[in-house]
Amino acid sequence: MDLLEERKDPLGELLPPLTDHEASVEANRCLYCFDAPCTHACPTHIDIPKFIKKIATGNLVGSARAIFEENLLGATCARVCPVQELCEGACVLGADHKPISIGRLQRHAMESAAAKGLAPFPPAAAASGRVAVIGAGPASLSCAGELRRFGHAVTIFERRELPGGLSTYGIIKLREPMEIALAEAEMILKTGVQLELGRELGGNLSLADLQSEYHAVFLGVGPGESNTLHIPGSEHISDGLVLIERSKTDPDGLTVGRNVVVIGAGNTAIDCATIAKRLGAETVTMVYRRSEHEMTAFDHEVEFVKLEGVGFKFLAQPTRVVLEADKIVGLECARVELGPLDNSGRATPVAVPGSEFVLPTDQLITAIGQDPPRLAKLLGLKTHEGFISVSDEFETSVPGVFAGGDCIRSTGAAFTVMGVQDGKLAAHAIHSRLAAKGGKP
Amino acid sequence: MSDLSIEFAGIKSPNPFWLASAPPTNSGAQIHKAFEAGWGGAVWKTIGPPVFNVSNRYGAWHFGGQKMLGINNVELISDRPLEVNLQEIAEVKRAWPDRAVIVSAMVESTPTSWREIVHQIEDTGADGIELNYGCPHGMSERGMGSAVGQVPEYCEQITSWVKHAARIPLIVKLTPNITSIVGPARAAIAGGADAISLINTINSITAVDLDTFQISPNIGGKGGHGGYAGPAVKPIALHLLATVAGDAEVMRSGVPISAMGGISSWNDAAEFLLLGAQSLQICTAAMHYGFRIIEDLCDGLSNWMDERGLASIADYRGQSLPRLSAFQDFDLSFRAVARIDQDKCIKCNLCYAACNDTAHQCIDLVSADGSVVQPGHDIRSNGKYEAVTNRPQPMVREDDCVGCRLCYNVCPVENCIEMVELTPARASITWDQLSNARPEVTQSWEAMKKYRDVNGIQIH
Repeated sequence: MDLLEERKDPLGELLPPLTDHEASVEANRCLYCFDAPCTHACPTHIDIPKFIKKIATGNLVGSARAIFEENLLGATCARVCPVQELCEGACVLGADHKPISIGRLQRHAMESAAAKGLAPFPPAAAASGRVAVIGAGPASLSCAGELRRFGHAVTIFERRELPGGLSTYGIIKLREPMEIALAEAEMILKTGVQLELGRELGGNLSLADLQSEYHAVFLGVGPGESNTLHIPGSEHISDGLVLIERSKTDPDGLTVGRNVVVIGAGNTAIDCATIAKRLGAETVTMVYRRSEHEMTAFDHEVEFVKLEGVGFKFLAQPTRVVLEADKIVGLECARVELGPLDNSGRATPVAVPGSEFVLPTDQLITAIGQDPPRLAKLLGLKTHEGFISVSDEFETSVPGVFAGGDCIRSTGAAFTVMGVQDGKLAAHAIHSRLAAKGGKP
Repeated sequence: MSDLSIEFAGIKSPNPFWLASAPPTNSGAQIHKAFEAGWGGAVWKTIGPPVFNVSNRYGAWHFGGQKMLGINNVELISDRPLEVNLQEIAEVKRAWPDRAVIVSAMVESTPTSWREIVHQIEDTGADGIELNYGCPHGMSERGMGSAVGQVPEYCEQITSWVKHAARIPLIVKLTPNITSIVGPARAAIAGGADAISLINTINSITAVDLDTFQISPNIGGKGGHGGYAGPAVKPIALHLLATVAGDAEVMRSGVPISAMGGISSWNDAAEFLLLGAQSLQICTAAMHYGFRIIEDLCDGLSNWMDERGLASIADYRGQSLPRLSAFQDFDLSFRAVARIDQDKCIKCNLCYAACNDTAHQCIDLVSADGSVVQPGHDIRSNGKYEAVTNRPQPMVREDDCVGCRLCYNVCPVENCIEMVELTPARASITWDQLSNARPEVTQSWEAMKKYRDVNGIQIH
């Protein structure tokens, strides 16, 4: 009984918080670079040496405020940022020895702020603007918070039942538990942001109404639906994002198969494989039609999932779900050879005729990307590859309607922290617009 | 294999490392343990009149996560009965005939008191006596310790009382809490001291508690100054050692110096020896890490000597002393400039900030195309690749560099910034020579300007 009670949550947060002593030792290791590369590499350009030195001097309140100055979602970013590609990847200490654990130090400062109930910024005098923010994900929360910092009235409209977007529903608990995302949203709401849940643009909310009632609208609606495979039997395949969401909202009700196959090679696929493995699947195999070299997941994530015991089947193109009595028993794949480079600079997979083989499995999960946001077409916005096109000021083709986050990222990496910066810069643009026109955008 | 043994004022020791008179030498059991670990000698914790010690007697200064860069104490002399100390001294010396056993003492300032303690110490078989003229707290208020060490006349008088009574070598330990340490040093020698030891601890208050506003350490609601020691005082100790060792009168007397003050490693030890120390005393490093540190003190010093072909300490002792000079004898035409090794540079820009904010504004940030750029970044830039590949290189404008050496000191990378000595642009001249040859140049800004113009000297 004791053993059962004490057993660690298999999906629990991977990294423990730093103790005060660990944080102090690590903070003191920071060289306090001038015009630091970590700050440059951070998409939100947090003054990292500044917040770290404040940890070293024991000024945790000042440290948290230094983070909030540039990034209101410091608690989420501290956990979900691919720091190896960002701040820590740029740390001058990385060349010779270990870079500073910037992410974990930021988490330390953010946890201290949360424990104290620290407001991210002092209340501002009321400004004239009224802004509607669509969606309550990271980009939207950032935009809403930054607008509140200027004193504008902000209302967030979120179609789902909880705020936080990807942080709440789509980030594996191993990296960010739901409570953290919700507490962060709550902190931003407490600055005076209104939140209306169950409101969906194009459903029970119209852009025309918003435009008449608000001076500006910010769209932080994220991407569209998950991509699906179009092969015979694909209706039996589970959506990876749904799996991740259930692992957070209903972990007890979540069961995984004995031999799980995850189709995809990105970070979401890695997360799905991790969940399956940690919830007890005997084998988890990631199936990808290209080779390891072309995987879009970060190298450190690939290394991580290998250590978790996940296997790979590269150069395999799924062709059919093999069913027996309406139950999955296998995935038929064709062997693939790599052809010339395609538009994305990756080798084109070419299925070899007659090379089909079957991978035995009882659960199939796909994580092969997401569609562009449906809203773009619905609102008649100019798009690029289906994603919303914006100006340098994050304004869409419709004046007064701004957008940021995953709904504008048609290509390349889309990290939470980039959405946070979008939201911040859009808020700045909206604010200057309102200030210049005396409140009328 | 080099020979680490020394003979100090007639006292033999297998290595130059003695435990200083302090808590580590409080009892016979401790010193037995220290000698087993390999210490060459020990100066017994000061014996003398009855005292009481208090709790929270040690304070410390920590910095940047490093513990105890400095330690301060209000511990008095030994609070164990005199007879117990004397008996244990005798036992230790009997057990360890090859080690230096010195006894530190401090008594009331009368010839009788001193004569009595000297005879008691000699009866133990100890190798020498150290007069504690340095203790800056508790005893000084009772007319002992630094109260004596700060007044050269007292210093000389008491030394001569002891010298008349003593047959074993007499070491006088000096206080650093004085404007010029040379006075008491000369006075001790005039009084007949066989040797000098320095430095005792420095007056200090280590901290104030920001929660309670108490002085830290808090001794029942009060706090006060205590004697400061440890790595942080090393530069002060080196200076005072060099001052005394380089003093003409001290040199003429041939009186040896046992030096201490922040010695923590063999490297420190070698520096003290190069500045003329003949034996070394250590306390804080042992209090921080235990007696085991003696192993690397000896091993490191010995290997360093082997690498340089130095067979014994006498081969290099005092060799840096002749280089000791006053400012007015420095060569004014000597010039060095900083040069940054771009391959080693990690672009932390600490040199850039230091030079531009607080020194002489001669380090630029240079981009890959060779143009000078200002610090900062595009708010839309993103990720390590841009941050690292676009990062400019700090570079010294050598023509404008005054060679202040600040960048060299702040650079966190070993051997990245080099102070490159330039061929002097003009003949060697010292301030003294200039003052004698051209007094007006040293007195009038107008004459100085002309002198600089004529000699092509540009001050950045």
